[in-house]
Amino acid sequence: MPDLSVHIGRLKMKTPVMVASGTFGYGPEYADLVDLNKLGAIVVKGIARHPTRGNETPRTVEVASGLINAIGLPNPGFDGFVEQYMPFLRQYDVPVIVNIWGKTIEEYAEVARRFDEVDGVHALEINVSCPNIKEGSGLFGTDLDMFRRVVEAVRKVTDLTLIPKLAPNVSDIRAYARAAEESGADAISLINSVPAMAVDVETRKPKLANVTGGLTGPGIHSLAVKLVWEAAGAVRIPVIGIGGIVTAEDALEFLIVGASAVAVGTASFTQPTTALDVTDGIAAYLERHGYGAVHELVGTMSSE
Amino acid sequence: MEESLLRRPFSVYKADGEVLQILYKGVGKGTRTMTYLRPGDQLSLIGPLGRGFPALSEGRYPILVAGGYGMAALYLLARSMTSPGIAFFGGQSAPDILCVDEFEALGWEVRITTEDGSSGEKGIVTDSIDAWWSARSSGGPPVEAYACGPNAMLKAVARRAVEHDWRAWVSVDRNMGCGVGACLTCVLKVRDGGDGWQWKRSCTEGPVFECREICWDLEP
Ligand SMILES: Cc1cc2nc3c(=O)[nH]c(=O)nc-3n(C[C@H](O)[C@H](O)[C@H](O)COP(=O)(O)O)c2cc1C
Ligand code: FES
Repeated sequence: MPDLSVHIGRLKMKTPVMVASGTFGYGPEYADLVDLNKLGAIVVKGIARHPTRGNETPRTVEVASGLINAIGLPNPGFDGFVEQYMPFLRQYDVPVIVNIWGKTIEEYAEVARRFDEVDGVHALEINVSCPNIKEGSGLFGTDLDMFRRVVEAVRKVTDLTLIPKLAPNVSDIRAYARAAEESGADAISLINSVPAMAVDVETRKPKLANVTGGLTGPGIHSLAVKLVWEAAGAVRIPVIGIGGIVTAEDALEFLIVGASAVAVGTASFTQPTTALDVTDGIAAYLERHGYGAVHELVGTMSSE
Repeated sequence: MEESLLRRPFSVYKADGEVLQILYKGVGKGTRTMTYLRPGDQLSLIGPLGRGFPALSEGRYPILVAGGYGMAALYLLARSMTSPGIAFFGGQSAPDILCVDEFEALGWEVRITTEDGSSGEKGIVTDSIDAWWSARSSGGPPVEAYACGPNAMLKAVARRAVEHDWRAWVSVDRNMGCGVGACLTCVLKVRDGGDGWQWKRSCTEGPVFECREICWDLEP
């Protein structure tokens, strides 16, 4: 059996396959269907300082080879999450990565500071794909200066392993990857969902209450592989590849172009055990190709 | 099924021994693809999920209300009741009215309405409920209603339940993503105990709700 363990910052994972934020709830939702202890890590749905309700319905729509979602980040708030879900998550031998977000830089820092003291939280993933309310200039994740300021502000208040999650809709992903590294991030994850929309031609109404949303699933995989390849080439910190993973082959592509670990998102909705099936597939591949450990495969794309 | 990404939610029509039956109509990409399935094809199923209809309360008289293919979700419930009541089936036209013999065989009286009059009375299902209610002699046992169908029908049943003091359980039909409470696609607004509302997930906290829980005026 090849060594599947991966270290990211101070985070030690038994396997390179985690489940992506927003696609696996807070853990209990899938506990009857998936052996949580076999996951590399659980990235919980985005948490902010205070509870929020999220968008109106319809919130998701299935399209060709993907899903468009505009859930709108409903969340129980820091206190609600720690009270309702941390006791459950602490029972498992699986790292918990909390995905955090805010409407201002101060809110990001505030929620990060609080998580710094929570027992059982192993890392923070920073979701920068949310609107910047105060400065009002689009998303934190598509403005390089804002992005840098969010990562720096969070870095100042926590010693937890810090993983900014990059948005795909930027002109040069390498600049964001480098900005994350320079601002003290321990790793980066990418990609978040791709801005998208769909219209019902009979009614001529948008199919989502929020009009626009984010595309995820098989349709974004190749786009994600290219961005992960670019980002991994630009930084020394580990990269977590996300986007359209359905099979072990999809995950292996990410590893080969330079990701140290991966996360399975939308595919868990279709097949809850996808992350575990992908893990088994990676192990079989490593064995078949004579690798003793998964880290030996990382970034080995052949140019011949 | 390669053609669609997500699973599709269905209610169980019949379950006997190793055989499970669902009743569906090819309305979208997923269900249309299902119509091409052949005997021997393999499918993947997760279930049962969510909270179904509760048993009839002691001393209450049951009525069932079905629109669309809603009767499919009510069959096992009907079979579980020792003293049958009345089932109201409504649809656009005759082909929408299914399973009448099955319900009658269990001892239920089935009253049918279709919008074009091609089966049963011409009208909508609530016309038939209203006619039954006004003809009913007072002083009978209190009513417990179970409904499954389009949202407008559920809302109309809920209004009558409040007016006539029935207990009424409705099974809502929401788009779903995961079916297990993780994606927050299937939410609807329910009363929060005070003046406000909160989201509840129809896949795990429903799809059956007592009709007074739902904020009908806030429904899209
Ligand atoms: C329903 C849904 C909710 C999501 N919620 C979040 C979230 O709260 N925070 C976040 O950073 N990403 C969120 N994502 C993005 C995923 O974590 C992931 O980046 C994206 O789905 C791409 O991976 P996939 O193609 O494997 O699904 C969400 C995705 C979906 C489909
Ligand atoms: S369908 Fe995903 S939460 Fe209900």
